[in-house]
Amino acid sequence: MSEVKYSKEHEWIKLDGDVATIGITKHATEMLGDIVFAELPEKGSSVQKDGTAGVVESTKAASDVYTPVSGEVVDTNQAIVDDPSKINQDPEDSAWFFKLKIKDPSEMDTLMNKDDYDKFAKETSA
Amino acid sequence: METKKTSLYQLHQDCNAKFVEFAGYQMPIQYSEGIVEEHKFTRNHSGIFDVSHMGQLFIYGGEDLIKDLEKIFPLDLKNLKLNHSKYSFLMDKDAGIQDDLIITKTNEGFLIILNAACKDNDFKILKELLKEKYKMVLDENRSLIAIQGPKSSEILNDVINGVKDLNFMSGNWFKFENQKVYITRSGYTGEDGFEISIANDFVDQLTRELINKGSKLIGLGARDTLRLEAGLCLYGHDLDKDKTPVEANLKWAISKERISKGDFIGSDIIIKQLNDGVSKIRVGIKPEGRIIAREKTKIFNQSDVHIGEITSGTFGPSVNGPVAMGYVENEFSKKNTKVFLEVRGKKHPASICSLPFYKKSYVKGVN
Repeated sequence: MSEVKYSKEHEWIKLDGDVATIGITKHATEMLGDIVFAELPEKGSSVQKDGTAGVVESTKAASDVYTPVSGEVVDTNQAIVDDPSKINQDPEDSAWFFKLKIKDPSEMDTLMNKDDYDKFAKETSA
Repeated sequence: METKKTSLYQLHQDCNAKFVEFAGYQMPIQYSEGIVEEHKFTRNHSGIFDVSHMGQLFIYGGEDLIKDLEKIFPLDLKNLKLNHSKYSFLMDKDAGIQDDLIITKTNEGFLIILNAACKDNDFKILKELLKEKYKMVLDENRSLIAIQGPKSSEILNDVINGVKDLNFMSGNWFKFENQKVYITRSGYTGEDGFEISIANDFVDQLTRELINKGSKLIGLGARDTLRLEAGLCLYGHDLDKDKTPVEANLKWAISKERISKGDFIGSDIIIKQLNDGVSKIRVGIKPEGRIIAREKTKIFNQSDVHIGEITSGTFGPSVNGPVAMGYVENEFSKKNTKVFLEVRGKKHPASICSLPFYKKSYVKGVN
């Protein structure tokens, strides 16, 4: 399994073979506040790198969720739709959003590693 | 214009508030525990809200003032008892709502609590309407806090003895550290509670004492979810100059006595609308499932015709689901009418429902 990578839109992505698991970062959940609604892409649909692939809403506002790479949606996490508060509790593990069969592994190279992301998150929220 | 800070700014910072600019003030939107926890804590225990950005307008006068104010507000102020409060609105000649407010009869005249974003304009309008006959003070030297929730009476009474005997929608002068404070049993959360008008220099001390007794500071975020669950309007969203009190479904707040006379600003339109009905009206809207329909969401009927718009919508933590209100064409305003809400290009089913979404009985003196 490869290292976890991060996008500027505050998604994390973990690649296992040609299947990527994607969710939103802890930093993102802290900025959003209490998440009370989640909408995921449809299984079987295709999503394009940097395109919208879901929505999360806090009590205050709605935010799009983007996909950091292109691919076909092979699985979605119904548990976070049924209980969106799980996203605040465990954003970078059990509260993943969707899994993609990826098209182009080189898209992973455009993303940040953990150190770079932490720096980016700190700078952009300051 | 520089953003203003309330006298509780330091305390908000000490409690790790996240700030937003609201009506020209730096106000706490939430503290570290977050909106959902703050909301629930208010419903189950006691929450303190800094509402010092709201206007506290004192108007001094006697019988003449009552007569002049009755030309402005659709209230029976003559028969309003001393220290009793009423919800009302400042209307223009077309009965459009310029602000909604709480007016209380005091021993020296009236105290009117105004929305922060409207207070300066309200002051100008009222000064003109009253032709500068009375002393009017939009008091910047006083802060206003609300303490709301089932434990609030006990907590506040521990600090200021006697408040627990106040009836709902009435008030009186009390003492804190030898300072005169005006306290009313009222609020905007659907819970039992109080609003306290106190000198700026003493509000920090009072608030810290209330926190020590078990209450907690609550931000504007939870104030919004609490008031929406309680079916209460937010000016600038659910109410504005293009809406009348009859359209806003607030005719309960208009005195029948005064309608029969019809001599207040906007009364022609109000009487006409009460007799002939209105074309649009404010209703509660309950989305099916978990979809949240926010302000400006379009409402459609079952034949896909656009019939109205959401004016407030969020997730209600106590209801544990989405809640909304908005305006629909009158013929679709009946309870349980099926409607559709357009969110992100898709139409989602919802139904018209009665307000409030969340109801708790007030302790006593309900009127």
